[in-house]
Amino acid sequence: MLEHYLSLFLTAVFVENLALAFFLGMCTFLAVSKTVKTALGLGLAVIVIQTITIPANHLLYTYFLQPGAMVWIDPSYADVDLSFLGLISYIGVIAAMVQILEMTLDRYFPPLYATLGIFLPLITVNCAILGGSLFMVERGYSHSESIVFGFGTGFGWALALVGLAGIREKLKYSDVPPGLRGLGITFITVGLMSLAFMSFAGIQL
Amino acid sequence: MLRRILDGIRPAFETGGRLETLYPLYEALDTFLYTPAERTETGPHIRDALDLKRMMSLVVVALIPCFFMALWNTGYQANLTLQASGGVAPAGWRGELLAALGAGYSPGFWNNLIHGAVYFVPVYLVTVVAGGAWEVLFSLVRRHDVNEGFLVTSALYPLILPPTIPLWQVALGISFGVVIGKEIFGGTGKNFLNPALTARAFVFFAYPAQLTGDRIWIAVDGVSQATPLGAMAVAEPAQGVAVMGYTWWQAFLGTIPGSMGETSTLACLLGAGLLIMTGVGSWRIMSGMTLGALGLATLLYVVGSPTNPMFQLPPWWHLVLGGFAFGVVFMATDPVSAAMTETGKWIFGGLIGVLTVLIRVINPGFPEGVMLAILFGNVFAPTIDYFVVQAHIKRRLARYAA
Repeated sequence: MLEHYLSLFLTAVFVENLALAFFLGMCTFLAVSKTVKTALGLGLAVIVIQTITIPANHLLYTYFLQPGAMVWIDPSYADVDLSFLGLISYIGVIAAMVQILEMTLDRYFPPLYATLGIFLPLITVNCAILGGSLFMVERGYSHSESIVFGFGTGFGWALALVGLAGIREKLKYSDVPPGLRGLGITFITVGLMSLAFMSFAGIQL
Repeated sequence: MLRRILDGIRPAFETGGRLETLYPLYEALDTFLYTPAERTETGPHIRDALDLKRMMSLVVVALIPCFFMALWNTGYQANLTLQASGGVAPAGWRGELLAALGAGYSPGFWNNLIHGAVYFVPVYLVTVVAGGAWEVLFSLVRRHDVNEGFLVTSALYPLILPPTIPLWQVALGISFGVVIGKEIFGGTGKNFLNPALTARAFVFFAYPAQLTGDRIWIAVDGVSQATPLGAMAVAEPAQGVAVMGYTWWQAFLGTIPGSMGETSTLACLLGAGLLIMTGVGSWRIMSGMTLGALGLATLLYVVGSPTNPMFQLPPWWHLVLGGFAFGVVFMATDPVSAAMTETGKWIFGGLIGVLTVLIRVINPGFPEGVMLAILFGNVFAPTIDYFVVQAHIKRRLARYAA
């Protein structure tokens, strides 16, 4: 059993890395990877949010949205199918969770709140977060699986982000052709990183 | 005399001269032959005969045993197969060339060398011409010097290709490696991935039909022979190392099928000796990588697996099969794309070693994992350095405060 969770985690981190295998959350990925320090902050925030929202959305889907989910309220709801509300509910949950986390941190852990700063609200609109929830629904994970998957995807995304930030700090000393400076070279860098991550493609754990 | 000729044509290439735009070419030839005349005029002043050019040239010298094995073993494998199958001469221009050179197909020393050369030399020439053209083009347009970094890249790249690769793929691969892997970052020393490996990974993923499988490792048409690692990966778990059909010593000496220049562990060790002695290659990275691979391979060997045959591969076999030795000595130690800090080098090497064994054992798609593991290591080398430096700063601060 433990083996199953471990392989689920490793798959989420390396084989199906949200940033480098699915290219999700690119806007934040490219924008907030200039220095390792801020990348660490954002990465940490993403890990926390993924680990909270994916299980939360899992509960939402299991008990309200999937076809016949609400029989626990009244047996006559057996053929109610609210799954078309999926997208808007998941993003709602994500926004709410981010807001709650922000307030909690502000109240009880001011130093951490100050470190994360603007990144917390930014995460609300990060497609890697929403993508994680959608994958969870599509693949029919159980509740405990969704916790592991959430942590894994967040960790993988954070790892890729810190790696990119490390490379970009080094690239400060590069002599990039003027037309490619800034985002252009970053895109190419991400492409090359993705090439290196392809070493894990096809691994069946 | 050479010096006089070079000095004589110098004015034409200097600013204002007729061939001003071609100055990088002149500079490359001049400083390749002689020590540069320029002096540093502001600090810091470091006096050392070992500049980038000599350093890169040393790597090429260290590669000579591998070059030799690339020629000899490619021919040896082909001749051995031809002899076993009745000795039908290969068709096409290679066959004609061999006939013209008067080389036979029995596995004698010169026959092997010539037969191997017919495969290796074209690949090498295409690499140098195609990659060199990009290198020169970029140096002319961007006004930087043509760098010996390319000399090393162009020497490494053909050695890690299978003998039967189509030449246009060689050209395409090295173009990707040089342009995307290096030049758009500003040339040697400013890239973050090893250009030769980038090129290899590019052709590997772009043309799996010509870069993977069992038909590509012997330079004879239509002959199917798996590399030992490939054979091991598809074996029944109970069969053990015997399924590869080669002894450990054969794998160590390199008389096994594989990419042209990377089969021989012995040749790589000779190169490693020179690189470590001259301080060009980092012994920390080499040891870290070997220890990492040995550690994980031993663990997997002890744990065992009823379904995965690669678990049965003893750790000492991991070191001599595939491109491991070549990767350790020549690829991972690339000073540009590896970690820079001393502690970081151990971590960097260890990470690659562990990943190599991991990819070999658990990824059914790729029986060989060294090259991809090194690329992965390259990606995280700057991050490793960052954390090593931060930890150092923190330690110093603590000591200072105390």
